[in-house]
Amino acid sequence: MKALILVGGFGTRLRPLTLTLPKPLVEFANRPMILHQIEALVKAGVTDIVLAVNYRPEIMANFMKKYSEEYKVNITFSIESEPLGTAGPLALARDVLAKDSEPFFVLNSDVICDFPFHEMAAFHKAHGGEGTILVTKVDDPSKYGVVVNKGTSSVIERFVEKPTEFVSNKINAGIYIFNPSILNRIEPRPTSIEKEIFPAMARDSQLHTMDLPNFWMDVGQPKDYLTGTGLYLTSLSKKEPGRLASGPGITGFVLIHPSAKIGQDCKIGPNVVIGPDVVLGDGVRMSKTVILEGAQIRDHAWLQNTIVGWHSTVGRWARLEGVSVLGDDVHVADEVYINGGCVLPHKSVSSNIAEPSIIM
Amino acid sequence: MATTPSLKGVILVGGPSVGTRFRPLSMDCPKPLFPIAGRPMIFHHVAALAKLPGMKEILIVGFFENSIFDRFLTEIQMEFPNVPIRYLREYQALGTGGGLFHFRDQISRGDPDQIFVLNADIASSFPLQAMLDFHLKHQGVSTILGIRVDRSLVSKFGCVVANPETHEVLHFVEKPESFLSDMISCGIYLFRKEIFEVVRAAIDQRQAKLEEQGIDDSTIRGGSERIQLEQEVLSLLTSAKKLYAYVCVPGKDFWMQIKTGSSVIPANRLYLQHFFHTAPRKLSNAPKPSLSDITNKADEGVAEVIQPAYIHPTAIIHPSARLGPNVSIGPRVLIGRGVRVRDSILLDNVEIKNDSCILNSVIGWDSKVGSWSRVEGAPGESTALNTTVKGYKIPSATILGKDVTIADEIAIRNCIVLPHKDIKASQHNEILM
Repeated sequence: MKALILVGGFGTRLRPLTLTLPKPLVEFANRPMILHQIEALVKAGVTDIVLAVNYRPEIMANFMKKYSEEYKVNITFSIESEPLGTAGPLALARDVLAKDSEPFFVLNSDVICDFPFHEMAAFHKAHGGEGTILVTKVDDPSKYGVVVNKGTSSVIERFVEKPTEFVSNKINAGIYIFNPSILNRIEPRPTSIEKEIFPAMARDSQLHTMDLPNFWMDVGQPKDYLTGTGLYLTSLSKKEPGRLASGPGITGFVLIHPSAKIGQDCKIGPNVVIGPDVVLGDGVRMSKTVILEGAQIRDHAWLQNTIVGWHSTVGRWARLEGVSVLGDDVHVADEVYINGGCVLPHKSVSSNIAEPSIIM
Repeated sequence: MATTPSLKGVILVGGPSVGTRFRPLSMDCPKPLFPIAGRPMIFHHVAALAKLPGMKEILIVGFFENSIFDRFLTEIQMEFPNVPIRYLREYQALGTGGGLFHFRDQISRGDPDQIFVLNADIASSFPLQAMLDFHLKHQGVSTILGIRVDRSLVSKFGCVVANPETHEVLHFVEKPESFLSDMISCGIYLFRKEIFEVVRAAIDQRQAKLEEQGIDDSTIRGGSERIQLEQEVLSLLTSAKKLYAYVCVPGKDFWMQIKTGSSVIPANRLYLQHFFHTAPRKLSNAPKPSLSDITNKADEGVAEVIQPAYIHPTAIIHPSARLGPNVSIGPRVLIGRGVRVRDSILLDNVEIKNDSCILNSVIGWDSKVGSWSRVEGAPGESTALNTTVKGYKIPSATILGKDVTIADEIAIRNCIVLPHKDIKASQHNEILM
């Protein structure tokens, strides 16, 4: 089987982290985001993966070569000379996607969930339609475009953008499986798959939904990245509880890389990920926080709803909260308070950031 | 060589109805007794007066209940056994000049040559000896202590225009609307014993003015004796050319007003830094922990203290805590593992739990701060050359009143918390009633 991952552009929504690494390589739960998807695709029997990007992917290429060997999967780049939206890249990758008559997967690279590709393929083959989109239920559908099914069937009747009265609470999860015949509907020009291709397929009754049973999150921006981390860890606690940390000082679901060092009298969790070679001092408290590789958190610091970038340091008695994001190699002095601060790489912060702001 | 003149000192403390800007701290402690650098505010005044040769008696004048000062007087008398210290209670608010005049017989008893009068609500290095030396050389009745400040601040104080050669005061005006001079009055006065004649003249003048306007002075609070030193007496002295100004030496002397609660933080810092240079005995290191139940690392030494700091000997500090600079820790305070305290005053019986951080704050009596919490005020202006800037531009310190409880892991920033509150969520820029 084959798959196309829509990587897209520079990942500006996840800055300042994406100033250092392309978004697919930013770690989520201690592994590059895109590896979560590649691994799940390989497990479902995918042999060819196309990454659709619209920038020059030199940094990515090296990593992908490594993963290609590690997972024994053929990874190629499809480079758009101009952004082609969410449908155009399919036409551009026609050579790979249409090389046989098997259906192929398409997914947005920002999405994190349990990736039920096996079930999707089986469901798709069973109904015989041209496409299947994964849908997830949301509490407040008025903010999204919702999917309305025909009666109780899986066939999609129509799409409603930001509904003002309740018609459905199912939204497009950004993960699809299509027969190669969909490529006849798409030209290699900027096209939105959601707005142009799907409504046409729905009119032909060729598009079905499959409900995504567990969690789902678009982790393309810091706040959602942190929320998604919590959902992912909760899911991990059911599937592979042995990978989570336990013991005194750990509360809730916490993932700690084996190479990290934790000081005395810390209290960690819930929903914390600590990366490789991270060093925590004594009396550190953190919750809903992600610490990337090589960062150091000194004694008595307190962190909540914060992402600490690679090789950054947080001083003693510092307090970080309110979706603060430290880029690569940022240094926060002792006793500093940061609320919703977004700090670009290689900066030192020595005075408080009391209100959400960007430190250039 | 001239013989040592005999002196008396008067400290004007006001009463419970003034100093509302000192809330919430004044709700549980009379403002003149609020501890700064480990000692009641007016202790520093008494100490400065008591060490002058020739000081015969120190009188504290105000309209607080007598009992308020009982304990303070007992303690301070033992510290300065050679100078009698008494409290004289006004039964009604007479104003700063009126109080002085009302007790003129008591003050004049023993026939002192010179009388120092100090307002209570100031923090200063009190250059009283230098002021006295200057005073004895001129022919005026009175010397006031002046300090040069940034011209933007003059309009908040009593402004002094002096002859630069003779230091004779040419003009004195409270809170001038236009800029006249960069010198202000510090609320510290030195008078010859003839001063009471001047006060009487001021009272007569005021009464004549009131009669002229047809106002019956018995209906005015304080009656005919109510008179302000600053306005009525000093302007009369100025016009009689009997007032001189001694100016604080820049870089050596400090002075600031203590009006609001948050001004105790810079006042504490100024006194501690002053003692650091002049009287290191008044500073202290953390004592060894004496209770085994708060620490299992008692053998690992004492907490790190960055001077200047005052730590009461009965305070218990975990060896992993880090205190100072500019910190005063009161009696029976309990400081837990990994706590940080800087630029703050912790009053009696406060408890700070593990890994918390206290910056630019006053923590009221019996208050408790939970683990991993942060109590922080805005730091003062950093124009260190001009300490009076700190006195006026009031940094919004965080102030917790008596018996306030702060939950674990919350941040309280730039807040004033009234007594007996339980705070369970983070707050900033609020007055919590």
